[in-house]
Amino acid sequence: MGSVNLDGVLKAVKQVRGGVAVSHNKNTADSEVVRLPVPDKVVLPMQQHIGAPCIPTVKVGDKVKVGQVIGDSDKFVSAPIHASVSGTVSAITEVKLPNGVISQAVEIESDGEMCLYEGITPPVVTGKETFLRAVRDSGLVGLGGAGFPTHVKLRIPPDKKVDTLIVNAAECEPYITVDYRECLDNSWDILSSIFTIKEILGIKNVVIAAEDNKPEAFKILKNIADHKLDKDDEVRLMVLKSKYPQGAEKMMVLSATGRKVPPGKLPADVGCIVMNVASVAFIARYLKTGKPLVSRSMTIDGSAIAKPQNVRVPIGTNIGDIIDFCGGFKAEPGKIITGGPMMGLSIIDTNLPVLKQNNAILAFAEGDQKVMKERDCIRCGRCAAACPLSLMPTLIERYSKAKDVERLEKVGVNVCMECGSCAFSCPAGKPLVQYMRLAKQVLREEKSKNA
Amino acid sequence: MPDKKLTVSASPHVHSVPTVTGIMLNVIIALIPALIASVLIFGPRVLLVCAVTVGVSVLVEYISRLVMKRHNTIGDLSAVVTGLILAFNLPVSIPLWMAAIGAVVAIVVVKQFFGGIGQNFVNPAIAGRIILMVSFPTAMTTWTAPFAYKTGEAVTTATPLAMQESELPGMLEMFLGVRGGSMGETCALALIVGGVYLMIRKIISPIIPLTFIGTVAVIMLIAGKGDLQFVVYQLLSGGLMLGAFFMATDYATSPINFKGKIIFGIGCGLITSLIRLFGSLPEGVSFAIILMNILVPHIEHLTTPKPFGSVKEKKSKEGASK
Repeated sequence: MGSVNLDGVLKAVKQVRGGVAVSHNKNTADSEVVRLPVPDKVVLPMQQHIGAPCIPTVKVGDKVKVGQVIGDSDKFVSAPIHASVSGTVSAITEVKLPNGVISQAVEIESDGEMCLYEGITPPVVTGKETFLRAVRDSGLVGLGGAGFPTHVKLRIPPDKKVDTLIVNAAECEPYITVDYRECLDNSWDILSSIFTIKEILGIKNVVIAAEDNKPEAFKILKNIADHKLDKDDEVRLMVLKSKYPQGAEKMMVLSATGRKVPPGKLPADVGCIVMNVASVAFIARYLKTGKPLVSRSMTIDGSAIAKPQNVRVPIGTNIGDIIDFCGGFKAEPGKIITGGPMMGLSIIDTNLPVLKQNNAILAFAEGDQKVMKERDCIRCGRCAAACPLSLMPTLIERYSKAKDVERLEKVGVNVCMECGSCAFSCPAGKPLVQYMRLAKQVLREEKSKNA
Repeated sequence: MPDKKLTVSASPHVHSVPTVTGIMLNVIIALIPALIASVLIFGPRVLLVCAVTVGVSVLVEYISRLVMKRHNTIGDLSAVVTGLILAFNLPVSIPLWMAAIGAVVAIVVVKQFFGGIGQNFVNPAIAGRIILMVSFPTAMTTWTAPFAYKTGEAVTTATPLAMQESELPGMLEMFLGVRGGSMGETCALALIVGGVYLMIRKIISPIIPLTFIGTVAVIMLIAGKGDLQFVVYQLLSGGLMLGAFFMATDYATSPINFKGKIIFGIGCGLITSLIRLFGSLPEGVSFAIILMNILVPHIEHLTTPKPFGSVKEKKSKEGASK
C-alpha cells in the first residue's frame, strides 16, 4: 500500500474462501473520464434493471429533453427511464439485449442541443419516504453491473434491522476502472451521500471497501473515512486483498461483518446493505441537481480497442459509436463483452445500446480469449477450491445431467452467483457457469413438473 | 462494425493457464528425477520397461477410444503418466510381455471400461501392479541388486522391508535409493524432489502426502517403541514415497475436499502400517491406496462442504418437513 497511512483501516473480519487470482489489467486507471460527443441517436430499452419493464410514456414524434421521463412502470421493483438526449422520439422499437431478453425501446433522434428538461429541480427530501421517492425518480439502479433498482434495495422492510452500509469500491473485475475514477474524481459526492443515507435510513455503521491494488483511491477514501462529521459516526475504510470475487455482494457482507447471507436471502436479512460506489456518488449529485440517471461512466478497453479509455456516455448510446470514439478497432475483434471478463456478456454485434448497468465494453482481438475446447473432468477439484460459496461445480454438472433434483437441491445449486471462478480454473475447459445455469433450470423445470 | 462474426460464449471470458495436458506434462516432468535415478541404479533396462508400459498404455488407450467411438484422449498425456507410474512399480527384471499386460489391465480394464480419464474408481497403475503381483508373484518379487547391471551378473536381493536388521543398507543408501525394490520407488530423494515440484506448481496439494507419510511415521514410532531409525527405514522403504506423492494424489481416485483428503491420507497411512506390521505381505502401500480409492465416494459424501450460509443440517431438516 506504499505511503498510505493505514491507521484505523479495517481488515476483513472473515476472509473470502477460494476465489481466483485474475490479472488486473487496469490499463485505464489513469484515464480521466472523457465525455462522449452528443450521439445522433440513442435507443433506450425499457428493461434496464432487474424487475418489471417500463412502459413508454412518449409517442413517436414527441419532443423530449434531457432528463424527461420516457418510460415508467407502476410495479414496485422497477425504475423509470429518462431521455438521455434532447430531440424527437423517432421510433418505439424492440431490441435484443445482451442477455437475450427482447425489450421495447424508445429511439430518440438527437437535436444536438442537450437541453435540460424544465421540470428538473432538486428533490425536496424531508424524511425517509421523500428520500426513497427521490431515489426512485432518479432512475437509479445498481451501477456495478447487477442493475437492481436502488430504491427497492434501500427500502428496508420494517421487520429487518440494518446496521451496516457497505460502500463497494472493490471493483474486482479485470480491466474496469470506472469505480476507481469515481473515488478519485467525485470523492465529495461519495462522502455526502454516505451521510445522507446513514442519517435518513438510520444506519449505524458504514464500511467503505476497496481492494489493496488501488492505493490512490485508497488515500482518497481514507480521507472520506477520516472526515467524520460527528464523533459517534462510524465510517470506516476496509482493505481487502486483491482477489476475485471480493466485490460480490455476499463476499462484501462476509468481509465487513463476518455474517453469511443464507441461501435465497438478501444482505438486508443479515443487517447489511451493499451499494456500488458509483451508485452512492450518483445519489449525492441527484439530490443537489435533480438530474436523473441519463449518462454513466464506462471503461472501454481490450486488445482490439485502438485507444482504451474511460468515457462518460448518454445511456442508450450505440456501442459501435463509443468504440469509434475510442479510435475504433486496431485489430479484428473476435469477442466483444459488455461488463467485465469474468461476468460480462458477450454480444453478437456492436449495434446495441448502452444500458444503465453497463460499466465496460471490452473488445478482444481475434484469437485472443479463445474458448477452450471442452474435455472430460479429471476431478482435480480446482472448481470446488475456487468456489467462494463452497459449492462443488463438478458434482453439480453431473447431477444436472442426470436430472437428479434431490441432489441438486442438497448441493445448493441456487446459491451459485455465477461469478465464474470455477470455469476460470477448470483445466478441462468446461463452461461450468453455463452448466450451473442449466442446473438451475433443470431444478426449476423438474420441480414444476412434480408440483 | 466488424466483418467477421463475433464469438458469443458464456462467461467467464478469461481462463487460467493449466490445461489437462499441461497438468499431465508437469507430472511427467516430476517423474523424471526418479526415472534418472532408476536408470543409474538399475541400468538401462529401466528405459526399456518404461518404453513398453508407456507405449502399450498409449496404444491401447487409442484403440479403446476408437472401438468405443469416443473422442480420442491420448493427447491429454494421462496414458503416458499411467504407463510411467506402472513401470515405476515393477521390478527392473520383469519380462516385457508381463509389463505390457499390466499396461493393458491399467488402461483398458480399469480406466476405459469405466469411462476414461477422471472416471476410474481405482488408480489404474496400482490396479495393474496388483493384477501382475497376484498373477506372476515370482517375477514381481525378484529384486535385482543395485548396480548389478554394471557387472553383468544377475544378482538378486531382498527389499529392505523383508530383510533382517543386519543386512539393511545404510541410511544414506536408503535415501538415495541404492537398494532392492521396484525400479521407480527406491530413490526417496528424487521422488521428494518431484513431489515438491508438483506442490510448487500447485498440481497436487501437500495434504495427502503429508497425512499419509505422517500417519505411517506416527504408527511406526509407536510400533518401534520410539526407535527413530526404525521409523526412517519404514518411511524410506517400500513404495511409500512413490505412493504418497504420485499415486495417492491421483485426482480421479482421491477426494476433492480438504477434509476428505485428510481422511484419505490418514486411511492410506493406517492401512499401509497395518499391512507392514501384521500382514503376511512385506509391503502394503498399493493395497492401502486401492482400498482407500474404493472408499472415496463415501468419504466425499461425508465431507462435502455446506453451501455458503446454509443453516446446520438439523434446522434445514425441520424446514424441509414443515
